[in-house]
Amino acid sequence: MQTLRRTPLYERHAALGARLVPFAGWEMPVQYTSIVGEHRAVRTSAGVFDVSHMGQLQLAGDGARDYFQARLSNDLEKVGDGEAQYTLLTNDEGGIVDDLIAYRRAADDYLLVVNAANVELDHSALSETEDVSAQWALLAVQGPEALQRLGIDVAPFTFHEGEALGVQCLIAGTGYTGERGCELGCAPDDAVRLWDAILDAGIVPCGLGARDTLRLEVCYPLHGNDISPDRTPIEAGLGWACALEKEFTGVDVLRGQKETGTAEKLVAFVMDDKGIPRQGMAIEEGGTVTSGSLSPMLDQGIGLAYVDAGLAAPETKLTVDLRGRPRAAHIVKKPIYKREE
Amino acid sequence: MAADESYPEELRYHREHDWARVDGDTATVGITWYAQDALGELVHFEPPAEGASVAADESYGEVESVKAVSDLISPLSGEVVEVNPIVVEEPEKVNDDPYGDGWLIKIRLSDPGEADGLLDVAAYKALLDEQ
Repeated sequence: MQTLRRTPLYERHAALGARLVPFAGWEMPVQYTSIVGEHRAVRTSAGVFDVSHMGQLQLAGDGARDYFQARLSNDLEKVGDGEAQYTLLTNDEGGIVDDLIAYRRAADDYLLVVNAANVELDHSALSETEDVSAQWALLAVQGPEALQRLGIDVAPFTFHEGEALGVQCLIAGTGYTGERGCELGCAPDDAVRLWDAILDAGIVPCGLGARDTLRLEVCYPLHGNDISPDRTPIEAGLGWACALEKEFTGVDVLRGQKETGTAEKLVAFVMDDKGIPRQGMAIEEGGTVTSGSLSPMLDQGIGLAYVDAGLAAPETKLTVDLRGRPRAAHIVKKPIYKREE
Repeated sequence: MAADESYPEELRYHREHDWARVDGDTATVGITWYAQDALGELVHFEPPAEGASVAADESYGEVESVKAVSDLISPLSGEVVEVNPIVVEEPEKVNDDPYGDGWLIKIRLSDPGEADGLLDVAAYKALLDEQ
């Protein structure tokens, strides 16, 4: 049996009474009190997630940008120093090896934050990079009150070095919840001090359960569920993160799919009947659910599914097979949930 | 507000973490504090139809939390005479009050003697201690 890894905050999670579960080889908090309660805290005030399990790869030096331009889908020419970009690592078939955020520190100096489950795969596909995951603890502070409670100002998809509550951090205007907020990268030895200060600021500790329902409401794909090496960005609706005019791994396949279309498309849906869709359930008209949950904000079942491309238009009626019970749903435009401005 | 852990003396228990309150030839059925705590906040109750037959040790419906689905195992055999409409609308009532407002179904028992085969509270707590 493989031993589960623990973040520097493990003792804090245990002391708070978190339910700890195995996730991507790590022992991580899935919830502290209630997934629904933690979810609502992030939508209405502020919550903090320990995401120190995520991986970090870096590469600096002459040619670093050209190296990533040839291997990542998005166009790094679009970002300046201190800016971040959502991008994809693709394989020769155009499949998605991982989705990640690239942080440009300088024209030839980049930090990548990647999914915990894919660190080794990413590192072997990007063998010139250095795996610096062990040098980072990462806390995501998310919600409409997050920045104000931290006394931090950071624009979406920018980052800078600075102090957060007295701890030296890389402060990034990124996250995975659809809310304003930031991700704070710090030295592992400073993680407990930062975590304690964040909780003292009245920010609610939130587990990976709420992180999953939050990202699903705003239709951010989860690698391993909604996207995988067997699915391309064109099928997944991530063409916006692919610069098809430049050369990168698998780009020919993607150009072809862009031209001729794909058999299936990833769509968002909401249940009309009661019941909660789950990963792997069949769509009777043709398709498969890749993520499903109850939406705490809508109080309805929601999900993402690959469906036949001919069925993919918003308002199309679907029938989800809920363990033998046919239940009505309909496709919606992404995101499923949007804050009322 | 989640309830504090408790296992009432007057109930009979099934090892799959279900309880039955037997009153003559009917029984009220629900899930134990342990079961609701293991699942987390309930967000869906998939009930059986009223009039449906249920058999001891077999599934009669499902409850779901955000993360998990669990089959509901009937402790006793008979006919479903009532489904708790409060829990259908507000599944979290099971977390708030698993032995009161959070009951799930009422069964007209086909064999009231069957209840003798269920666990008493001491035997059920002993079972929990082993887990």
